[in-house]
Amino acid sequence: MIATRDAYGKALLELGRQNPKIVALDADLSGSTKTAQFGKEFPERFFNAGIAEANMVGMAAGLAAGGMIPFASTFAVFAAGRAFEQIRQSLAYPRMNVKVVATHGGITVGEDGGSHQSIEDLAIMRSLPNMTVLCPADGPETAAAIRAAAAFEGPVYIRLGRGKVPVVFTEDCSFEIGRGVTLREGKDVTLIGTGLMTAMALQAAEELAGKGIDARVLHLGSIKPLDEELVLKAARETGAIVTAEEHSVIGGLGGAVCEALAEGCPTPVERIGMRDVFGQSGPAEKLLEYYGLTADKLVEAAERVLQRKIR
Amino acid sequence: MLSEQKVQELEQTARELRVDILKMLHRSQSGHTGGSLSAIDIMAVLFFHQMKHDATCPDWSERDRFVLSKGHAAPALYACLARAGYFPKEDLATLRQLGSHLQGHPDMRKTPGVEVCTGSLGQGLSQAVGLALANRVAGRRSRVFALLGDGELQEGQIWEAVMSAAHYQLSDLCIVVDCNGLQIDGFTADVMNVGPVAAKFAAFNLHVIEADGHDIDSLGQAFASAEVSDRPAVIVARTVKGKGVSIFENKAKYHGLAPSDEELQVSLQVLGAL
Repeated sequence: MIATRDAYGKALLELGRQNPKIVALDADLSGSTKTAQFGKEFPERFFNAGIAEANMVGMAAGLAAGGMIPFASTFAVFAAGRAFEQIRQSLAYPRMNVKVVATHGGITVGEDGGSHQSIEDLAIMRSLPNMTVLCPADGPETAAAIRAAAAFEGPVYIRLGRGKVPVVFTEDCSFEIGRGVTLREGKDVTLIGTGLMTAMALQAAEELAGKGIDARVLHLGSIKPLDEELVLKAARETGAIVTAEEHSVIGGLGGAVCEALAEGCPTPVERIGMRDVFGQSGPAEKLLEYYGLTADKLVEAAERVLQRKIR
Repeated sequence: MLSEQKVQELEQTARELRVDILKMLHRSQSGHTGGSLSAIDIMAVLFFHQMKHDATCPDWSERDRFVLSKGHAAPALYACLARAGYFPKEDLATLRQLGSHLQGHPDMRKTPGVEVCTGSLGQGLSQAVGLALANRVAGRRSRVFALLGDGELQEGQIWEAVMSAAHYQLSDLCIVVDCNGLQIDGFTADVMNVGPVAAKFAAFNLHVIEADGHDIDSLGQAFASAEVSDRPAVIVARTVKGKGVSIFENKAKYHGLAPSDEELQVSLQVLGAL
């Protein structure tokens, strides 16, 4: 178990050692977003904007215009929310080479409550032209996604979490923007996860196997561009889809998959996620249970979608 | 101090730039007249005296950077860039047309010489701060100039950026505020008073210089003072919206209104271009 933000902190530090153009920005949350380690080693390349996310994004844009590769971090709710228009105008519209690494995405922020739990950031960021949106599953994949983002020319939004999450990928895994990963083959139904829900999809597939249901598991760490080919292939071959995300069912992974399917291969879908509600305070594990973001609920959703499957 | 000859030369340049701006706006029948004319003397001094830049080498790393934070004054910027040779002057006739590289607001991806995308007020100064930081990280000897409107000072992000400019001691950053006193809805003092402007910047610990934004000599002195400042500098330039042709002067309605046929004729006459 490792928190994706911890993996980010390490990967950023490593990148900083390799490339003098890597700079980091934060908005008074560097201890939490884990950019502080970079700041300690490279004080001349670390810029704390204070509690001013709009200016942080603008400064990152200027640094990119000046040839740097800025990583700007804060909590997801402030990055995609408070600084939305700065991300739109100063990053996405000019295709600025800035990486917005938003930690504390989703309800597993926990005790801080609904005001701090971003359940809409993927939807917001995905709607912007030129924007790439990533949501890695675990620590190793986060490190690979951070490296891929640094090597990619253009704005990238990377959504990470607060708590420790199970490890799905190996340390030497790679990350390809726009590519999904088949984690388990299956022919009856496909479970598609992103972020920490991918580990639950694997767990659910195991439970379904016990019930004689052969579930395929896909991980889509790249929400945009979406690996439509992989999704459509799964739809054609299994005929039923369940999506799972720590995000609203509107506009994120579930929304993106449904859009792809509606145009490419209409298929019954069940979406696991926040059902158009804000979160609340509580321990992360209990919140996941309360809002139905569990392997058990994925199993139930798979059974439901199988009932709807066109045979 | 600028020589008398240089002052006269820049005055003539500004007059010709005004003609370019008004012709361009008349042709497109869309765009911002008032704020382009209030800013043009400042920009003439910057582009044709103060700034180190080379149109034949727009990517020259040591060039000074100009950020038009009040992006709606794009016609003024395009007139300067064309005159400096970044693109053919004939292109000015395509302002705001479909397919033109001259967008309604400055676009770094389309127009040679434009450093960043601006237009959504309040965002340019943050980018100027970032550019100055990048220059520092890269060890470049390059200064950054950001032109703001006084109405734009109503945006909270401006003060976030001013705070960061002072915090990071960006002595190579020079802000100019085009204080024309008007915005779309009327006088800035009536809509949302931003004054006292100089005192506000002084309170943020910037080096404040006051200037007449239509007096070439006054502007030249202000930029010279900014250059030797060990703090980020701000030139609070008193201007007149629509300056140069009395029919446009001090009228809020010309914020976003292009000149009519008749108004263009009058303008060309006044500016000695007929």
